[in-house]
Amino acid sequence: MKDVRRDAWVLRDDGLAALVRELARDGRQVIGPTVRDGAIVLAEVDDAAQLPHGWGVELAAGRYRLVRREDAMVFAHSAGPQSWKAYLHPQHVRRWTADRNAGGEWTVRGEDEREADAVPAYAFLGVRPCDLRAIAVQGRVLGGGPGADTAYRRRLDRTFIVAVECTDPGATCFCTSMGSGPAVDVHDRGYDLAMTELLDEGGHRFLIRAGSDAGAELLTRLPVEGAAPLTESAARHVVADAAERMGRSMPPVDLHALMAGSMAAERWDDVASRCLTCGNCTMVCPTCFCTTTEDVTDLTGDHAERWQRWDSCFDLDFSQLHGGPVRASGRSRYRQWLTHKLGTWHDQFGESGCVGCGRCIVWCPVGIDITEEAAALAEETGQPENRGSVQAAESVRHARQEGGGRR
Amino acid sequence: MASVLATSPSGALSRVPSVPVPYRVVRRCPETADSATLKLAPAGETLPPFVPGQFAMLCAFGIGEIPVSVAGLPVGEDALVHTVRTVGAVSDALYAMAPGATVGVRGPFGTGWDLGMAADRDVLVIAGGIGLAPLRPVVLDILGERERFGRLSVLIGARTPADLLYKLQTKVWSAAADVAVTVDRPAPGWSGSVGVVTRLLDRAVFRPANTVAYVCGPEPMIRATARQLVTRGVPARRIRVSLERNMRCGSAECGHCQLGPVLLCRDGPVIGWHRAEPLLTVPEL
Ligand SMILES: Cc1cc2nc3c(=O)[nH]c(=O)nc-3n(C[C@H](O)[C@H](O)[C@H](O)COP(=O)(O)OP(=O)(O)OC[C@H]3O[C@@H](n4cnc5c(N)ncnc54)[C@H](O)[C@@H]3O)c2cc1C
Ligand code: SF4
Ligand code: SF4
Repeated sequence: MKDVRRDAWVLRDDGLAALVRELARDGRQVIGPTVRDGAIVLAEVDDAAQLPHGWGVELAAGRYRLVRREDAMVFAHSAGPQSWKAYLHPQHVRRWTADRNAGGEWTVRGEDEREADAVPAYAFLGVRPCDLRAIAVQGRVLGGGPGADTAYRRRLDRTFIVAVECTDPGATCFCTSMGSGPAVDVHDRGYDLAMTELLDEGGHRFLIRAGSDAGAELLTRLPVEGAAPLTESAARHVVADAAERMGRSMPPVDLHALMAGSMAAERWDDVASRCLTCGNCTMVCPTCFCTTTEDVTDLTGDHAERWQRWDSCFDLDFSQLHGGPVRASGRSRYRQWLTHKLGTWHDQFGESGCVGCGRCIVWCPVGIDITEEAAALAEETGQPENRGSVQAAESVRHARQEGGGRR
Repeated sequence: MASVLATSPSGALSRVPSVPVPYRVVRRCPETADSATLKLAPAGETLPPFVPGQFAMLCAFGIGEIPVSVAGLPVGEDALVHTVRTVGAVSDALYAMAPGATVGVRGPFGTGWDLGMAADRDVLVIAGGIGLAPLRPVVLDILGERERFGRLSVLIGARTPADLLYKLQTKVWSAAADVAVTVDRPAPGWSGSVGVVTRLLDRAVFRPANTVAYVCGPEPMIRATARQLVTRGVPARRIRVSLERNMRCGSAECGHCQLGPVLLCRDGPVIGWHRAEPLLTVPEL
């Protein structure tokens, strides 16, 4: 038998159909990028033809445009507006229901387990390295620590992940400077299969390797052939080349220290004069996890439900205390968002809360750019340069130690 | 739900449940015009044990859930005592509950006051308003093992004499502790101190370098009190303050209780002043 666990294989472009078919045969709902409403949208894929063959995107601050490519590349587009958190950390979930009898006694039923088991086992097809890291980052927040049994962990554990390395980064991408792409870290055990798309003299094909036993098993069912050393080096090359063509980068400073030292910066007033506090950035960010809860009853008043939904630190109610919101000004709310992403996330969860996907830049209606804001803060506060910056080294170490928060 | 939760040998749940566990109000004592103390006993399952300083998420059926500190942990019972001040939808509903009513409880959450730190030291318990509620079990624990601790001073501030909590009990405490009370606005018949609680520090007897202070109240009061204590030579680390932020979950996953690097439901609500000070000086953090 082939040593599928260790080796790299080649899947021809027409092999994608077999991949989708085999995942579906395992009873999985395959979710992948599709083209809809002028954007790359994550949706159920039951045929590889639904994937965005020949589509790319043009990105700028506050701007997203789908474009036709001259080739037939399938994964040569960067992140769309949604991220995988829509599936692993859904926008709206029922946490529990309770009924009250005539004697006033309650019967409470946890819904986490039921809901997580009721949703299909997913297969995520085309998870970019930045998003793979984002899944691990959210997992370390919502996964409840080693051995815990949270709804997030249950959903993630049942999900099969096919990661695809980036070969055509967007103008708003900066994963290289965050240490989270464009290559899949082979030490990162957060994926089942990892692919690199190649389109050159050798034809249109995918270098594919397994990151888990489940991935290795699936490989045995795919029409793959052993990868020639030249194919492997070609794959390494296109990804290394992508790292060079990254559209943006974070300033090469210790971002954690920069944020801690910027609390009184004037730049916050400047950004607050542009920011609409709409919260779009928090909705599209693949690591933003904040939620609020709402209790509702039916007409009898004796059936109650607790619902959890995404919340945003840009919302005034978010920091509500009896006297009013703690963070009333736009300045303090943008500062909360940025310093959490780049700074205090390290204190709270031991890594960066930003993976460099660039979504917040693209989907900000006024084009506020996280990298530009960080650079302005670095300039204002005179934060020293620190090449080989801390956030990259630290997040890589994390992923290695913890296997991407998974398994 | 009941059957899926593991229990420890004592019969209490071994893990904090993710759903509210029904408790029943077994006693209700009105404290002031807008606060009441509820004693809650398990209606079925029992939560893991709480320590003073920790809080529970209390749920009023169909209305919502709020963080409330334990104000008492009766020895040898599974009961929880909470003092609730009515300020909004959920606290109103809890405040109005009569004996027999059911409350959903999750917990225990957060850090305790760490009484171990106070062994053989002088203790200052300093409270403003409803802030006395989480400090009540500190006083009771110290009075229960009086010889383990040095001098105990309980300094209490309230808006008016009518807003003072635990009026009878605080009188009893004065047998074994120095209890001092001050109000912002006196009423006819009030002969005690008037002014902010920090004023009471002038008369308190303690050895600053060998003192632990436990402080809870409105944020400006905490700030002023802790600064005074530092000025008088109490090490910042030994000034323990209990802080408050919006909280939706209690288990460090809703993001609401951030105070800079600190997730107050997990790393607090009780933290040392050495950590709190730099955070409370940043406006709107
Ligand atoms: C750790 C901790 C311990 C507390 N202990 C006590 C106590 O022992 N006794 C007591 O009376 N109160 C206590 N509080 C304050 C109490 O939680 C609030 O008064 C309560 O949340 C107000 O909710 P509401 O629905 O009645 O009011 P609303 O004003 O209707 O509140 C709406 C929502 O805002 C949030 N909110 C509003 N005020 C606060 C607040 N002060 N703190 C946190 N969230 C708030 C809550 O999420 C609440 O659901 C404590 C708060 C914290 C954080
Ligand atoms: S902060 Fe912006 S760039 Fe960073 S992970 Fe979130 S959306 Fe992506
Ligand atoms: S930074 Fe942009 S997306 Fe985020 S809240 Fe402000 S205006 Fe909205």
